[in-house]
Amino acid sequence: MTTKYQWNNIFLTIIVIVLFIFPFVTDSRTWTILLTQIFIFSILAMSYDILLGYTGIVSFGHAMFFGIGAYTTAVMLDRVEPTVGVFILSIATGMVIAGIISFIVGLLTLRLKSHFYAMLTLALSGLFLVLAEKWRSLTSGNDGFTFRAPEVFKDRMVFYLVVLVCLVVVYILLRRFVQSPLGHVLVAVRENEQRTKSLGYKVLHYKVIASIVAGVVASLAGALYAISLRFVNTSVLTMDITLDALLMTIIGGVGTLIGPIIGAGVIELSQHYLSGLAKDYPIFERWIIFFGILYILAVIFFPSGIVGTIRQAFHKRKKPRVVEEKPSNSKGES
Amino acid sequence: MNTMLKVEGVHTYIGQYHILQGVNFEAKEGEVSVLLGRNGAGKTTTLKTILGLTPATKGCITFKGQEITKKPTHVIANSGIGYVPEDQGIFATLTVEENMKVAMRNEDEVTMRKQDYVLDLFPDLKTFWKKDGGLLSGGQKQMLAMARAFVGNSQLLLIDEPSKGLAPIVIEKVMEAIIDMKKQTTIVLVEQNFMMASRIGDTYTLLDDGETVHSGMMQDLIQDEQIKRKYLGIG
Repeated sequence: MTTKYQWNNIFLTIIVIVLFIFPFVTDSRTWTILLTQIFIFSILAMSYDILLGYTGIVSFGHAMFFGIGAYTTAVMLDRVEPTVGVFILSIATGMVIAGIISFIVGLLTLRLKSHFYAMLTLALSGLFLVLAEKWRSLTSGNDGFTFRAPEVFKDRMVFYLVVLVCLVVVYILLRRFVQSPLGHVLVAVRENEQRTKSLGYKVLHYKVIASIVAGVVASLAGALYAISLRFVNTSVLTMDITLDALLMTIIGGVGTLIGPIIGAGVIELSQHYLSGLAKDYPIFERWIIFFGILYILAVIFFPSGIVGTIRQAFHKRKKPRVVEEKPSNSKGES
Repeated sequence: MNTMLKVEGVHTYIGQYHILQGVNFEAKEGEVSVLLGRNGAGKTTTLKTILGLTPATKGCITFKGQEITKKPTHVIANSGIGYVPEDQGIFATLTVEENMKVAMRNEDEVTMRKQDYVLDLFPDLKTFWKKDGGLLSGGQKQMLAMARAFVGNSQLLLIDEPSKGLAPIVIEKVMEAIIDMKKQTTIVLVEQNFMMASRIGDTYTLLDDGETVHSGMMQDLIQDEQIKRKYLGIG
């Protein structure tokens, strides 16, 4: 019998196949670019979900890692040479730097209670923003700089496919991560930190691991974002990026991984259409106000997000069912 | 019998409140030591202090001869102390299986034998193995909390009010399970239900206003109407 889990996988596979075929059946440059942006922000939002949804950590400094990825790729492609090899190396370098910084930041700050941690991450992120503004020789400050991407990415379709592959790979890896014993401990930390401690876990270690994973994945998103624009400036380190990730995660559904992808899609598409309406209706020049209203309504009426709400509705429709399954009696079985 | 746990002159503050003001008791290997007292006497805080969740400011706690007073919670837990909190502390979005696996840490032969033992003791857990912990009934949650504490590397179980909020028939089941577990592990039990405490317990410690006021054999307390009336309001 096909289980719910298998149906989900079949459904997701169909969507991925459709998205892979999409650029071959349409020549809409706008849609290719828009979907590429959605994929990039989906990666960022999934990384935030590891923190917020699976470990219960609220960070206001996630843009720091996105910015590190963006600047590392931009600087290396600009200073070394715009080849695919350097591009891959720059992604790896960005991930290592983000990993090291998230390790240090996590170790220093994750001991604090959640609201103090959130404030401290905001301050640290601000510190990185100021550093990027002042270190003009490397970053060109607020003005930013343009750079050449590898030749192969001049074709938007190729870049679209590369980003889609990254999204699929990151989703699969993160799903394996959250379903592993380590992922279960992260959920335990989110649900009851004291109880997890009393089961013998050093909670700080697990929070730091979550922080490193989230930081590394966010830096990948930043690198892809910089390539998509062929330009980088300090906006990649601003609070707006963190808020986008936070809201994509909340609107899509925290602790679901697939939710943040849907959240990224909803927000990017809404941004696109609302700002497009400004030509006919000047009020939409202030589309951000509508966004604010959308966020408030979403938090009030759909606190579990889109995926969470759908799951709840699905569970309500289903009659309670006892799952009789014999536990494993030997190692390795489950 | 060897002393497994010794609590000597322990004082604990929670914020500005001086909750424990001199708690003393011993738990001997293979025994069930019951902490008794009225609401607010400091029974739960005593368990939390042993586990380092509300660390002691004064006094000494030794477990298997090693001082654990100032050690962090995870170190104390890993030294062999399991805890079943009053609210059960089930991870609601993890399944029964995942709750157990989180507690087991590894799946060696000894641990798997322990798992088989608790699943025989609490067959309901087998039935709801793939169900989310949050969807279990109160009694099933209590069983899961006890099973989870037992399958870890615990030689001493701290169980906080296992009968709280449960139907009499479920209390009976839980009580039988504790009596059975007693053959395999040492237990410190906090219990308001004196009928249950007196059936399970070997020794007792009476707490009042955060300090030990009496201790001894449970059989003696059962017959001491004066102490029961004075400190427990029964008899």
